[in-house]
Amino acid sequence: MTTLTTTAASPGMRRRAASFLHRHAGVRLSLLLSAPLAWLGLAYLGALAALLVTAFWSTDVFTGDVVKVFTWANFTDLVTGEVYRTVALRSIGVAAAVTLIDLVVAFPMAFAMAKLASPRAQRWLVIAVLTPLWASYLVKAYAWRVMLSSDGVLGWGYGLTATVVTLSYLWLPYMILPIYAGLERLPNSLLDAAGDLGARPWRTFRTVVWPLTFPAAVAGSIFTFSLSLGDYITVKIVGGKTQLIGNVVYDNIGAANNLPFAAAVATVPVVIMLVYLAAVRRTGALENL
Amino acid sequence: MRSPRPRFARPSLVVTAALALAAVAGCGGGSSTDGGGSAAAPGGAFTPPKIETLKSLGPGEGQVNLVAWAGYAEDGSNDPKVDWVHPFEKATGCTVNTKTAGTSDEMVNLMKTGEYDAVSASGDASLRLIASGTVAPVNTDLVPNYKDVFEGLKLKPWNSVNGVAYGIPHGRGANLLMWRTDTVNPAPDSWGVVFDPASPYKGKVTAYDSPIYIADAALYLMSARPELGIKDPYALDETQLKAAVDLLKQQKQNIGEYWSDYTKAVQSFKSGDTAVGTTWQVIANLVEADKAPVQTTLPKEGSTGWSDTWMVAAQAKHPNCAYKWLDWIISPTANAQVAEWFGEAPANAKACEQTSDKSFCDTYHATDEEYFSKVHYWTTPIAQCLDGRTDVKCTDYSEWTRAWTEIKG
Repeated sequence: MTTLTTTAASPGMRRRAASFLHRHAGVRLSLLLSAPLAWLGLAYLGALAALLVTAFWSTDVFTGDVVKVFTWANFTDLVTGEVYRTVALRSIGVAAAVTLIDLVVAFPMAFAMAKLASPRAQRWLVIAVLTPLWASYLVKAYAWRVMLSSDGVLGWGYGLTATVVTLSYLWLPYMILPIYAGLERLPNSLLDAAGDLGARPWRTFRTVVWPLTFPAAVAGSIFTFSLSLGDYITVKIVGGKTQLIGNVVYDNIGAANNLPFAAAVATVPVVIMLVYLAAVRRTGALENL
Repeated sequence: MRSPRPRFARPSLVVTAALALAAVAGCGGGSSTDGGGSAAAPGGAFTPPKIETLKSLGPGEGQVNLVAWAGYAEDGSNDPKVDWVHPFEKATGCTVNTKTAGTSDEMVNLMKTGEYDAVSASGDASLRLIASGTVAPVNTDLVPNYKDVFEGLKLKPWNSVNGVAYGIPHGRGANLLMWRTDTVNPAPDSWGVVFDPASPYKGKVTAYDSPIYIADAALYLMSARPELGIKDPYALDETQLKAAVDLLKQQKQNIGEYWSDYTKAVQSFKSGDTAVGTTWQVIANLVEADKAPVQTTLPKEGSTGWSDTWMVAAQAKHPNCAYKWLDWIISPTANAQVAEWFGEAPANAKACEQTSDKSFCDTYHATDEEYFSKVHYWTTPIAQCLDGRTDVKCTDYSEWTRAWTEIKG
């Protein structure tokens, strides 16, 4: 608004511009959408496309330069190498476990926030859930490292379990908030009605609460699943001797300077997420988001 | 607090001058790949592009642009007491502009822009810079402090060509074997303790999380399985690499965790989660400072390690200030400061009298050439065997990286 008034030379010109836009809906729309579309197209999809293209190139072992000649070699290596399958499956397992744990922890939490707490307490609870996000990721991961060490408070040691636990902690707010938002939109009258019609709590949950908040839970799971799938730092800190897809990408790009192979490995989580989103779409959850 | 750079970042697949590298390491000029601008001479040496050395030192140009590892050019911003940049500026009138690089690749790329005057290059970057003509030979007569540098660091394959110095040694260190004295008995003197399949310390062994650690296994195999014929842990053919990989896979059964971040190693040795494994001197010091019962040794097989070199750009815009910096960084006081801050052995023999901890040089074995003769300094493995073999193709760093992924499973 302010930019319009300052740039327009006179009120008359502004009015003329406004009426021009009013008459030409197409121009109006393209002006409105050009910025977000440019962002989506260039910065977001462009980066993904570059990734995909790079994956079909190779590196010259002699000079270290990227050779821009089409080859399937990276994907052949990826598919035939047993270790990559193992790592991919392990990463999916970790992501699924983290999502499940977060769901189980987040749902009662979100329910209490949305339905049981007073409006004042609600505000404070939201802040409490958000507070951990203010602290650095590394600080939190190292805090878990200290707790999990054998002389720490928990003393469970490092490994896959430690990774799952730490990731569950890190991504929990991303699960609580969507579910909380979903439960907020759920009218209390529905719960009352279910009670009046004689439904026990579990039945109310199963037939009323869960179906209506399912899309919200799916939204949360997309966060936790994709964030876990891409993580490589937590597993470096508390993972002991395990590795996930992210570590394979990191090692190839950071240490070996093999960008094409790293790009090929990086397409694995992208494909997994696409499959996941397709599966979610089939349930119809995305329409209700 | 000390702040060593992340060492996992240094090895890199290179290899603009792979041919040159191979030739320097004594590889006979058998390979006829017509890649780089520098051709391998028949004698096995390689001829770098002809670049004039600075003949005499003029007045300073008022500033100097450096590419350095973190912790190599401290100006007091990390710790007010750790500052050898401001005294330099005051003494020479050269303002220092430092660009910290994270990897050797980054260093090479930065130097190729021509914007910088000097660089603290590691063994896997220095020869690339020489062969590509990015750095000039150094006239050591113009660096008065050079005479006090340990002989064991002068004119080495990674900082000179054909007896011509291309840089000033900065410092060095070895990767050591550390163990907790309360759990590990008897005191080990061999890397065998971390490679033993029937190790009593199962789940408490640690190893360095980088493909370059394959060289540690190869080093152990040099003496444990001489029939493999490994002469240089950075020059492994397919069979030798496979043997090293198998050894590391077997070792993985006993590994508690891999480390690449030095704070992680400090903490796990302190808590006792790790009982034995590879380490750096600085880690050992930090663990000992916290009163944890640990001890280190340079095992009888020797060990891997690093050695860095300050080099001057061929197109340096401020060569006089660059030379002044080279002389400054290896001056007894500054060299002692940087060595103590970073946790490595200084290059200048006289630095040992200037360290705040009087036993520093003993701790880091600065004067112990016998000690460093057992250290195989990190070099990037390339297809041309670094040990001089021409009848086989060696495995390069990208193969090592994939092997490392496979080892970790």
